[in-house]
Amino acid sequence: MTQGTGAATAVPDVGAVQPPPEPGGPPGPDGGRRRPARRTWAEALRKDWRLYTFLILPVAFLLLFRYVPMAGNVVAFRRFRPGGSIFGDEWVGLHYVQMFLNDPTFWRVFTNTAILGALTLVVVFPLPIVLALMLNELRSRRFKKVVQTITYLPHFMSIVIVAGFVYELTALNGTINQLITATGGDEIAFMQEADWFRTVYVSSEIWQVVGFGTILYLASLTTIDDQLYEAARIDGANRWQQTWHITLPGIRPTIVVLLILNIGTFMAVGFEKVLLLYNPLTYPTADVIATYLYRVGLTSGSFSYAAAIGLFEALIGLTLVLSANAISKRLVGASLW
Amino acid sequence: MVTTTPKTPDISAVRTVPTTVKDGRAYTVFRMVNVVLLVAICLVTLYPFVNLIAQSFSSQGYIMAGEVNLWPKGFNLTTFERVFGDERFWSGYRNTIIQTVLATTIAMVLTTTMAYALAKGHLKGRSFFIGLVVVTMFFNGGLIPNYLLITDLGLKNSVWAIVLPNAISAFNLLVMKSFFENFPAELEEAASIDGLTTYGVFGRIVVPLSKAVIATMILFYAVSFWNAWFPAFLYLSDPELQPVTLYLRNLLAGAMGSGNEAGMESVQIGANIQAVAMLLTVLPIICFYPFIQKYFVSGVMLGSVKG
Repeated sequence: MTQGTGAATAVPDVGAVQPPPEPGGPPGPDGGRRRPARRTWAEALRKDWRLYTFLILPVAFLLLFRYVPMAGNVVAFRRFRPGGSIFGDEWVGLHYVQMFLNDPTFWRVFTNTAILGALTLVVVFPLPIVLALMLNELRSRRFKKVVQTITYLPHFMSIVIVAGFVYELTALNGTINQLITATGGDEIAFMQEADWFRTVYVSSEIWQVVGFGTILYLASLTTIDDQLYEAARIDGANRWQQTWHITLPGIRPTIVVLLILNIGTFMAVGFEKVLLLYNPLTYPTADVIATYLYRVGLTSGSFSYAAAIGLFEALIGLTLVLSANAISKRLVGASLW
Repeated sequence: MVTTTPKTPDISAVRTVPTTVKDGRAYTVFRMVNVVLLVAICLVTLYPFVNLIAQSFSSQGYIMAGEVNLWPKGFNLTTFERVFGDERFWSGYRNTIIQTVLATTIAMVLTTTMAYALAKGHLKGRSFFIGLVVVTMFFNGGLIPNYLLITDLGLKNSVWAIVLPNAISAFNLLVMKSFFENFPAELEEAASIDGLTTYGVFGRIVVPLSKAVIATMILFYAVSFWNAWFPAFLYLSDPELQPVTLYLRNLLAGAMGSGNEAGMESVQIGANIQAVAMLLTVLPIICFYPFIQKYFVSGVMLGSVKG
């Protein structure tokens, strides 16, 4: 409401100018606006030059900070000399590609990335659906709101804070170890044991993303027609059957689209989180492609080698997104674009 | 009254079940279990915060003995005094605020103007420019080329390394574009008949009437810049420039005995110093949370309409 009054004082005439909406009206001037006649660039620039000025800075930004680094990947095929060109100085062909293909550490971090990504996908992806369905059964609006407010909160925390919580809770004198010793177990140094890293990582991921992840499912649940439930009830369907035959099919498109997105990004394991949580003791399970190339490139200074690994990872990601999309288009007719 | 507030479904609404419908016994039990489970989920979600507050006010001895869980033991405020007395903490806070404001301002100017231009269906070359944005969603330069570029531009140890490279998020831009596409065309036409140029229409009609979506985008950007630590970790080795998130990560790294490269003294950092620094870092987000949550939720749903 405040927005309304604020807008009205800023532009006093606007309220009077707007004609009432005509839902069934003829397409009229709008139709003409949407389907312009072909114009030459000279005409377009003369008429819309002010609009084009809006694009100058953003496009310059995109070219410099997005497209130059994209082109900068060429450094993966050229030898980089400190102080030299950021695109490298001399062609070395696939030298760096061969180098990482023959690097046992690369294959270890590749496997770690795939395992961590797959674990996250399998464990974390279904949970927001379950939580959304649980919220959907509530009959008190206030209680539902409270649960939503609380479970969304972790999403707003910096990764540094999340890492801090992990250290706090898994410390030898932390709450989790207190519970373990109270039930007669021995303390576990979670952050020092490679065997525990994946569990710790996935748990922190659950804590942070599941609540907020329900939003799109809840939005999708609101679009299910109440009459369907009504009809099902009359046909004698109980709540389980209603959930199975009405609710789940109703949110299936959302599930599919989000699954595609998640499959497409599953190799993009939370690099920053791993960087904050791992240490040399947990490298055997925790080290992922992104952290390895970070150390190779920025700690050891082998920029070209690291860029080759980075390019490889980016291409895998791109392939995954495109194929997940193609598959879902064929199977369920839903796709991202 | 004209307002163009984006419409998103009310996801807190509950379905009304006719009173004539009787729940079966199994379903009644399920509903009770459901509520209990949801309460448990809330408690687990909140526990780290509770534990954090308890540790912040406890004395080091009780924390080391593993006796601090829900409630402070050995109540004291000396840690707060120590953190408050640390110049780095305050400069970190100041830097976080400066960098967040600057980065958000730049990002909003670029995103809003570009989204507005791209929302005009008749703009020649429009699909080319949209493609330019969409490509960045699926492929980016990667860590090394970006690092080399920033270094080559001489931006290391300058706030520009933090506030410039992430100025346009393709997601935010597409959300704004689809919002502007649905902006009532009659308003803009009437304004241009009244003699306003494109600049006038944008600045005096479109922006004032798009406050809700602009507020959402500001919060999206501001929260992500406020929480960021990695760009600062990469580009700001000068402690004078580091944001509070990096201060905190250095505390964590110091306490873990790894990553001394950031220049932290390698002494063991007391658990309660860490807790206090964390508490003071999350505090602003928690305070603003009730306000920003609503915008975030509607923003996420807006994005899903046309992603």
